[in-house]
Amino acid sequence: MTDLQLELDVINYSKRLGDDALILGQRLSEWVSQGPFLEEDIAIGNVALDYVGRARMFYSYCAQIENIHTNSVQKTEDDYAYLRDEREYQNYLINELPIGDFAFTTVRQLLVDYFNKYFLSNLKDSNDSTLCAIAQKAEKETQYHCKRSKNWTLRLGDGTSESNTRMQNALNEVWGYIPELFEHDELENRLIERGIAVDCSEFKAQWLNDINVILQASQLEIPTIEWQVTGGRAGYHTEYLGHILAQMQYLHRCHPGASW
Amino acid sequence: MKVISTKSYEQYHREQFRRNSSVQPLWQLLDQVKDPEIPVLSLWDIGILKDIKQNSEEVIVTVTPTYSGCPAMDIIKEDIEQLLYTNGYKKVTVVSELSPPWTTEWMTEKGKKQLRGYGIATPTDILPCKRGQHDELHSTIICPHCSSENTTMISEFGSTACKALFKCNDCCEPFDLFKKL
Repeated sequence: MTDLQLELDVINYSKRLGDDALILGQRLSEWVSQGPFLEEDIAIGNVALDYVGRARMFYSYCAQIENIHTNSVQKTEDDYAYLRDEREYQNYLINELPIGDFAFTTVRQLLVDYFNKYFLSNLKDSNDSTLCAIAQKAEKETQYHCKRSKNWTLRLGDGTSESNTRMQNALNEVWGYIPELFEHDELENRLIERGIAVDCSEFKAQWLNDINVILQASQLEIPTIEWQVTGGRAGYHTEYLGHILAQMQYLHRCHPGASW
Repeated sequence: MKVISTKSYEQYHREQFRRNSSVQPLWQLLDQVKDPEIPVLSLWDIGILKDIKQNSEEVIVTVTPTYSGCPAMDIIKEDIEQLLYTNGYKKVTVVSELSPPWTTEWMTEKGKKQLRGYGIATPTDILPCKRGQHDELHSTIICPHCSSENTTMISEFGSTACKALFKCNDCCEPFDLFKKL
């Protein structure tokens, strides 16, 4: 592998991780002013902010590497967030699904926060020092995200029959998006070989065990389903991504470079 | 009388680092810059001011964010630049460094006292708990208003990502806890 190929791979990898964080952060922010009660409204807003902050770090790193080779206009994090279309986004599909009811948001958050817990802990050992630094920072915040989503899962799963049903329905709905989190394409395999990217299959068993323990304590069951959806890393998305991008990018595209 | 220092190892090293720096006036000058969200705390006391260097051309200030999404960072950067420019420095560069990540251990003792006075509990106000669980949910947090140990968590996240929200069951006042990170 040439150095240029390696750099391109790292840019792409960092961009994907930025996409995951940005899309989930944007989704979570949809709860602001609509949370179940004021304090929880603020809590979701803060978790959203952590994810958006994470996206900024990954995108800034992409820009930093790309700009070394460009003499013309220098890219910034905003170029990646606001000026790319659906097919250029490479986030996992689970992050772009609509917020649904509070049970759906809670279930998705539980699964993704615990995934991030292991993912970031592994990314800390990356041979790429910047990815490693971002992971160190984000991992600390993820501990608090996990705590919050675990407590909500316990509260709603082991709550009323209505809340339990809604939680179980949400699990059934989202479970088919899980296999994608543990797949790797060629790009990721190349980077795993170099010790830069995380091999997610290594921690799948631990992740599943964590989730199993929490779900059992919450009177919920891991669904037995026979369908699964993948494609996010290749730019194939659900119908929902286009809508969220339209909302997120509208202002920037109408008024390029707008700031306040 | 012998005094046992409660200063953390990390904090001790920060202070040594500052003391050995050759640009003392700059450190003192930058003590004027406060955290925009908690205006009693200086950047040094909250632990996000890492380094100041000066060469013939410019002043380079290194800071680190508390949380990655902290919206105060942009304002902090502007405040540093503005203060240095008004004090006659011609070129100022503010660098944000992620690693090693910020920890509440970097907060100074003075900073913690100021936080408490401001109505915010600090990680040192978390009493070790008996059941072997070491998180805020299962520990006792001391109320910064009336020092009661009879307090309850309302939300994992308070007015900003770095804080959790509590209420005191004795004085009935709500308060923030600066979470241990």
